[in-house]
Amino acid sequence: MLVPISWLKDYVDISMSPAELADILTIAGLEVEGVDYIGIPGGRDKNRLVWDRDKLVVGQILKVEQHPNADRLVLATVEYGGDETEVTVTGAPNLFQYLSQGDLSHLKLYSPFAMEGVELYDGHKEGQVKMVLKGRPLRGIHNRCMLCSEKELGLSDDHEGIMILTGDYTPGTPLQDVLGDAVISIDIIPNIARCASIVGVAREVAALTGQKVRYPSYDVVMEGPPVAGKVQISTDHPDLNPRFTAMIISGVSQKPSPGWMQRRLKLAGQRPINVVVDISNYVMLEMGEPNHTFDYDFLRRRADQYNGPDGPVHIITRLPNEGETVTTLDGVKRELPETTILVTDPAGALSLGGIMGGEESEISAATTNVLLEAAAWNFINIRRSATLLKLNSEAGFRFSRGVHPSQAILGAKRAAELLRQLAGGTVWQGVIDYYPNQPEVAPMRLTAVEVKRLGGIDLTNTQIKEMLEALEFTVEDQGDALLVTSPDFRLDITGTHDLVEEVCRMYGYDRLPSIEMGDTLPPQRSNTRLEQEERVKDILVKQGLQEIISYRLTTPEREAKLLPPGIGAPPDDRPYVTLANPITVDRVTMRHSVLASVLETTAANSRFKSHIALFEIGLIYLASEEGVLPDELGRLALVLTGPQQKFFWQSGGDSAALDFFDLKGVVEGLIGALHIDNFSVEAAAHPTFRPGRTARLLLGEKQLGLMGEIHPLVVEAFDVRNGYPVLGLELDLELLLAAIPPWHHIEPVTNYPAILEDVALVVDRLTTAAQVEEQIRLAGGYLLKAVELFDVYEGQQVGAGKKSLAYHLTFQSPNKTLTDKDVKKQRQRIVQQLERNLGARLRD
Amino acid sequence: MLAQLDELYAQSLDSLATAVNTAVLDTWYKDTLGRKGSIYLLTRQVGQLPAAERPAFGQRVNAVKQELETAYEARLAELKAAELQAEITASAIDVTLPGRKQWRGGLHVATQTLREIYRIWGDMGFQVYRSRDVETDEYNFELLNIPPHHPARDMWDTFHTTTPGVILRTHTSPGQVHAMHEYYPEPIRVILPGMCYRYEQITARSELQFHQVEGLAVGKNISMADLKGTLTDFARRMFGAERQVRFRANYFPFTEPSAEMDVECIICGGDGCNVCKYTGWVEILGCGMVHPTVLRNGGYDPAVYSGFAFGMGPERIAMLKYRIDDIRYFWGNDLRFLEQF
Repeated sequence: MLVPISWLKDYVDISMSPAELADILTIAGLEVEGVDYIGIPGGRDKNRLVWDRDKLVVGQILKVEQHPNADRLVLATVEYGGDETEVTVTGAPNLFQYLSQGDLSHLKLYSPFAMEGVELYDGHKEGQVKMVLKGRPLRGIHNRCMLCSEKELGLSDDHEGIMILTGDYTPGTPLQDVLGDAVISIDIIPNIARCASIVGVAREVAALTGQKVRYPSYDVVMEGPPVAGKVQISTDHPDLNPRFTAMIISGVSQKPSPGWMQRRLKLAGQRPINVVVDISNYVMLEMGEPNHTFDYDFLRRRADQYNGPDGPVHIITRLPNEGETVTTLDGVKRELPETTILVTDPAGALSLGGIMGGEESEISAATTNVLLEAAAWNFINIRRSATLLKLNSEAGFRFSRGVHPSQAILGAKRAAELLRQLAGGTVWQGVIDYYPNQPEVAPMRLTAVEVKRLGGIDLTNTQIKEMLEALEFTVEDQGDALLVTSPDFRLDITGTHDLVEEVCRMYGYDRLPSIEMGDTLPPQRSNTRLEQEERVKDILVKQGLQEIISYRLTTPEREAKLLPPGIGAPPDDRPYVTLANPITVDRVTMRHSVLASVLETTAANSRFKSHIALFEIGLIYLASEEGVLPDELGRLALVLTGPQQKFFWQSGGDSAALDFFDLKGVVEGLIGALHIDNFSVEAAAHPTFRPGRTARLLLGEKQLGLMGEIHPLVVEAFDVRNGYPVLGLELDLELLLAAIPPWHHIEPVTNYPAILEDVALVVDRLTTAAQVEEQIRLAGGYLLKAVELFDVYEGQQVGAGKKSLAYHLTFQSPNKTLTDKDVKKQRQRIVQQLERNLGARLRD
Repeated sequence: MLAQLDELYAQSLDSLATAVNTAVLDTWYKDTLGRKGSIYLLTRQVGQLPAAERPAFGQRVNAVKQELETAYEARLAELKAAELQAEITASAIDVTLPGRKQWRGGLHVATQTLREIYRIWGDMGFQVYRSRDVETDEYNFELLNIPPHHPARDMWDTFHTTTPGVILRTHTSPGQVHAMHEYYPEPIRVILPGMCYRYEQITARSELQFHQVEGLAVGKNISMADLKGTLTDFARRMFGAERQVRFRANYFPFTEPSAEMDVECIICGGDGCNVCKYTGWVEILGCGMVHPTVLRNGGYDPAVYSGFAFGMGPERIAMLKYRIDDIRYFWGNDLRFLEQF
């Protein structure tokens, strides 16, 4: 909402600067998004033109003569308040009409007049480029001054001719005092719909500065015939159209509206059209009631058909018939949503109520008699219809936020009177006012205790009463409570909590007390799930991985890249949660895989980085078998790729590539740090991973997840470009976190010496390291502290189909020094166990 | 023979002094004091001396040996020190050469900011309560006093799913009602962090997904004054103890009275800059007293209970603190960005 301060001053006095006004409005909830200064000082933009008070003044053009040496230039004699008049050379096309007419003073032809040395915008350059006016000869005649175009003053881009000021002025008046202004831009949030007008803003300013609003006059001089019997109104839906008022104004002349009105409309962001349209817009902007003008003769001609020459014009508001369309005044033929309330007559639809007029019934250049409509509409219904129609209009903006029915008749009267004054119309006597169910206004009981309970302020009844009365509430002090009635322009007050907000606004949010919370502290609860999740993140970060957070919206196609073309099933065959209104084609469904997200990030980073170590903890979304809401499940995904070592100058940058065992080391480190003890790994197969390098992670019997080297075709599909193998993992975070013991028991630290024994065992090639280690640990008992594999050998020394695994075994007792004999015995047991259970033999 | 011994002693001392390194010194020792060294060879000739001279000669030999041993030790120490010095000198390195880099992991900046928020609110007795991303229209809007087609809905551009009535939450406010249902009739202090979604083009200033942290306090003795005090404490801890805050009226359907809290611009300190659009203030959070309808929907009687709620954007806070000028960095996950935190 654009509010020119010059216009606002019609209704309320403003002595503070625009910036100060912007501040008090903002604190009171009318957020000022910006202040646009015109010609006067103010604001932060140092480059903006400020009109010089001495050298940029109102000039009166007294005479226009032909330039002796140039056909396309004229000489204008200007009175500007100086000792003498000034002759200035100009090529302004709009002055040629006054050539050789002698004295023009009776025409009151005023224009902005700039004197030598003043700063202006250059009218001949694109955009706003400043220049200083210098005297120079123009075809033989010295020219020191200039009559200005709107562009030269920074008012618009118009440089077609000089600006003509309509009205009465004293030549020499500083232009700042005539056209200087500031326009404040207010964000109309839904609860301040009442402020979507200049008067609406004036009410707030008045309340905040201790004034009363000077309302525009709603008196109308009615000199035409009685309107009664000429127009009949009915509605099928008083809930959607609670009030409809109509007036008839005859004999209007379609001419441009007065300059002051055009200027105000332009400052408020409206394009002037002609006096009838402009008055309609002006009244809407001024007091907030959108109104509409129909061509009365058009309606009359139709009434002649359906009601006969003596019957009234019959306005009916109703919902559309099936398949009904309306061509709106912007020329678009519109299919109508079933909620669209229409203004019609028995012959057909005339306009979309509260949203936009129809083309057929709108006023044309030939219109002289108008039917003026000012009505009230259900805001929810208007919003729904305007949204479905995808139709934005100033009327729709206001009606979809709510305009109180009380405003309808005021809007009608104000517009009618302006049509009389400015368009030469005759207002017919009376107003047709259809208001079948005028609502009862119920007063609310507000106590000082309630103001204290919610607002935290100690106030007396008298203080509260004054604050609410400043906002035009009616307040009756009953001693124990205040009986408060809302003013008739407000729709947003539904209870005492709303009144408390009004009191807080008037008291000043910045003055409200500020205290430490004294209320009972609720029972304190830990969020174990979150704490565990954060612990997992910290462990992975310590292992050198970077956390990422990805978009949770993706597409099935993007996730299908996890499978080499033509192989395997998608990550989960449950349906995706799919958007009905995606904003971009690549964010349509909620993800099923976090690994796909991490691989996408890996690919994006692989263009400029070779070593990439990432993890993400996040949700996936799987349609649920019960209910409409999906299961939201935590997943941990992790990707490693690139060289093991960072580049170092001594080694010339050589480093082995990260491989499966780096990934496995990270997983083992994580499991170890979480003190989970039933973790194991077994070989597995999955199309995302490279066959032979894929493993299933197990917690007991349950599958925790899969890890391995990502299949080369999958790497290619994701377009990871660093040239290294890519290791990946995705695991079920819920299962992992559930397995974390709340605490664990430590191993006592012993000072008795440890004894190291090596053992090399030959087993079948297909026997796994996990099987061998399990047997070693089973046989080793509590004295066996550590088992460390240090060599794996396959070759002729051990024979075909065999392999040798060599281990460092560490034995240590918590309570004595072990002897060689103790250790030998233990080692013997281990070897025997392996021989018995795995067919192993000691390597020679 | 004594003269011979003295001469040998003198010669040995001379050659000891000329031993240039420990290897030459070893040879000298072998040749002089070793088992077949010159001193030994001379002593073998003791038989040629008259018996009376032998004790004196013997004493003298022992003295010479002793002195030569001492001289040798001294010379050895000297040479070792010189050799160590030489080795140290030769092995000096250029300490300005680059070090051997370690892989350094890190938390996403959004996680770091969220943790800071958790910590501050945790100290004030507000615990983390999380709820789902995919929500019903009922919890996201209706129970929060936003009926269907209400103009307030324009404040949230919503992603709808193909299941009618199921949407991606536009704010973490649905958690308010979930928490109230769970905790009634206890007093409540929770914060509600989570990912939210809006139907918005992805630009430097807007994202279709972002974190939000809401807060909710419900009790029998909570007013706007508590809200102001508590949020001011938060702002001072988040942005610095000297930071000014201001409250101004605003609108949210689920609070009444509603307010917006601005913090003195942390870039310009309030003087005005393009970050604060020359107002000196930046919007940090929306807040207000929980609307009676919302309290009632949560099971709390608004005549008895009151409470306040607030909501903030961790990414926006991080953008201000680190001067991040493009919100797309957050989910872009470019390591060149993430590794700066």
